[in-house]
Amino acid sequence: MPSAAPHRLTPNHIDDVAEIVREANTACRRCEIIGGGTKRSLGNPVDADLQLDLSAIAGVEMYEPEELVLKVRAATPVSHIRQVLAKRNQQLAFEPPQYAALFGNCTAEDTIGGIVACNLSGPRRILSGSVRDAVLGIEAVNGRGETFKGGGRTVKNVTGYDIPRILTGSFGVLAAITSITLKIHPAPAQEVTLVLTGLSDTEAIQVLSGALRMPLDISAAVHLSGRLSAAVTAVRLEGFAESVAARANELRKYLQKMGAVTSMAGDGSSAFWRRQRDLSDFAADPAACVWRLLLPVNKAAQVVAAIRGEVLYDWGGSQIFIKMSVEGTQSQATSLRTLAGEVGGSACLFKAPAALRLDLGTFQPRPRAYQELAERIRASFDPNSVLNPGKLAVVSRGAA
Amino acid sequence: MKMPEPDQSVIARRATIAAKLRRIVGYEWVIDNEAERRPYESDGLTAYSALPLLVVLPQSTEEVRQILIYCRQENIKLVPRGSGTSLSGGALPLEDGILLTTARMNRIIEVDPDDRIARVQPGVQNIRVTEAVRHLGLCYMPDPSSQVISTIGGNVAENSGGVHCLKYGVTSNHVTGLEAVLMSGDVVRLGGDFLGGTEQDFDLTAGLIGSEGLLAVITEISLRLVPQPPSARVLSLGFRSADDASRCVGAIIAHGIIPAGLEFMDKKCIGAVSAYVGDITKPDVEAMLLCELDGPAVEVDSLIAMVESIARDIGLAELQISTTEEERDRLWRGRKAVYGAMGRVARDLYVTDGSIPRGKLPEILKRIDELSKKHGLDYANCFHAGDGNLHPVILFDAAKPQDLSKAEAFGADILTACIDLGGVLTGEHGVGVEKRDLMTHQFTDIDLAQQQRLKCAFDPYELLNPGKVFPTPCRCGEFGRPRANSRSRPFSDIPRF
Repeated sequence: MPSAAPHRLTPNHIDDVAEIVREANTACRRCEIIGGGTKRSLGNPVDADLQLDLSAIAGVEMYEPEELVLKVRAATPVSHIRQVLAKRNQQLAFEPPQYAALFGNCTAEDTIGGIVACNLSGPRRILSGSVRDAVLGIEAVNGRGETFKGGGRTVKNVTGYDIPRILTGSFGVLAAITSITLKIHPAPAQEVTLVLTGLSDTEAIQVLSGALRMPLDISAAVHLSGRLSAAVTAVRLEGFAESVAARANELRKYLQKMGAVTSMAGDGSSAFWRRQRDLSDFAADPAACVWRLLLPVNKAAQVVAAIRGEVLYDWGGSQIFIKMSVEGTQSQATSLRTLAGEVGGSACLFKAPAALRLDLGTFQPRPRAYQELAERIRASFDPNSVLNPGKLAVVSRGAA
Repeated sequence: MKMPEPDQSVIARRATIAAKLRRIVGYEWVIDNEAERRPYESDGLTAYSALPLLVVLPQSTEEVRQILIYCRQENIKLVPRGSGTSLSGGALPLEDGILLTTARMNRIIEVDPDDRIARVQPGVQNIRVTEAVRHLGLCYMPDPSSQVISTIGGNVAENSGGVHCLKYGVTSNHVTGLEAVLMSGDVVRLGGDFLGGTEQDFDLTAGLIGSEGLLAVITEISLRLVPQPPSARVLSLGFRSADDASRCVGAIIAHGIIPAGLEFMDKKCIGAVSAYVGDITKPDVEAMLLCELDGPAVEVDSLIAMVESIARDIGLAELQISTTEEERDRLWRGRKAVYGAMGRVARDLYVTDGSIPRGKLPEILKRIDELSKKHGLDYANCFHAGDGNLHPVILFDAAKPQDLSKAEAFGADILTACIDLGGVLTGEHGVGVEKRDLMTHQFTDIDLAQQQRLKCAFDPYELLNPGKVFPTPCRCGEFGRPRANSRSRPFSDIPRF
């Protein structure tokens, strides 16, 4: 439990990051790693007496558009990367979400390091892969204060263990990420979004599953459940004009079987997907909690049917965000986790006040064998639990 | 190539060990007869062979679990093997080790059309996955050239690529879940049977993919399926120089086109293939690119026109474009026949596998040519130009003394040149034994130590596939086991002020 206000250190250089972590080992300090500070409350509350502020470790190190590769310092804001890439008609294909507003930090900026550390991807994940699929290399400082690297800048690389992908989604408990090399994609010239309204969750998921089996290169598929307002089921197509038109034609014919199809294009379409990507509708309610479920789409509707709250199904239905009150969270946490676990998925208490996360835990409980393996891996990078202790709770504290 | 010294006391106990394993898998599924063990003595890296102590063929996760527990109790090493097509010696047996082959774990357990997932046992051949889901309009995209024989388990162990991986990704981009057995006997389920399975929390699947059989025995894999592209057409582009072909590769990517396949063949490959299957191009063509574009027909037709225009701007000696499936197959036959054709040109072939940034293609080709003269061996270049993954084929004659070591030295020089140019030792074949001793060219001692500690977290007993990937043994004992109570103060006896 934190006593005095934690001391904050803001190193300007990677060598200083390593020095701070080495010192922390010797002095038995516990560090919370902060990038843009937008997602500090994602995960269990960190038990730290030192804040390792990496916000100065920012900037583009290398960008070769013709090689489709970018190397950036970890605290570079995602919005800045978007701008740099857009100038050359390129993009991060995994469509990183910007959750600053959702977590109540409207002036802060999501950094690429935070996105990578939390393994977060937006709607286009269904077509282009996740952030992990785009990470080619990582440089970092491990819990011992050693500077190390994994991966490289080539798309094909199987030299040794896949350290960059292990670090992706490690929530800062293995290492403080300082640089990331990412695969870049060309940005599509055009987009169009086809919309159906009024579908039930079951109908919507069926429609989306069918559409995603068609060779249409669908780049986003969401369903906003019709609990407080009309249900909206939306599918996006991207590419050059002729291709988008032809595919939209085919998709429209398929969707029409379920009802009247409307469409959005250009700025209207991209604004809609930014809202879904960033969970803007949920951000408007700062006191609410948000759960993030990941589970098979063919079980999604039945799990959600038993839960009260506002629902957004993304990735065709396998990533589900549910907004509910604090009281709703307290009363439904156990059943949510049981239901999600029974179908081979998980329920993560994505956004909630610290006290609630401390009480309920953020992450889905895992079997003993997994916990022990995860803890051994964590300890192999950070034997003295210097980095983000408590973030993963059970893993960090080594309890079975 | 130094392998760990075989433990003679284990070899002396072969009969007892066989009997114990037979109680787990059944009598007929343990091979101890020397003649019957011989087919397993090497994998695709045929220059190296070793007769395994025993070969065991489990059928289920439970049998694998019992085998691993037994091996741990008796301190017996274990080498996992799929179909043994590894080109880096990943499945090279140990004389004092059990060779565990997944040949009998060959069921496709479940296909889920809604989540677009196929759940398979590790012994399923890669091509069978697509065959099993074709009727749903789906396919499994990673297509290493060994796909008719290589198993999904092997593909996962090596993180295999293939022609399609530039556009669609490698194996690790297609695995949503795994089940694996650790040497301790623990069975872990990682990820899930849906898109996003590996994005749930602190996910460990990435540790296993590409781990070359050193961390766990993988017993079940959940694979992501994608819709079959409705149209696929290929351009065969003939250039008057390798430089022109290289520049075309860069130009295609720079135009924002990600082909489904982009393969390079040099003059020697072309010559060998033409002698084998008949002329595949005009005589003044020094280098060929095969560029495949797939997707909706309107898109493919448009992209074909763009690539043709790009290639013409650079200067084409010859152009062939497929309009039918038969023509597409015919144009690909040349590329697919390369290794068979090279086998008729030389007594022995040594295929290497390094990766470089695309833009360095002309430079690496020049260096390989210089190295060929330095080592006095001929070679041919054929590779996945789109993603910079080279497969120089070194031609030699194992019957000549020193030829094998010359070929290996040539290969090692090519790989270190790749690193010098900003690339890596291996793009898809894995480190195995072949590139083990070159790891220090790419990684610092700290980088290697970090990876070795990961090994200790999975297999502190160091019984899984020892002698592979890392140049020195793990020595997990020296790293120290993690403290049970991680909140205890380190160095508590040192005075502090």
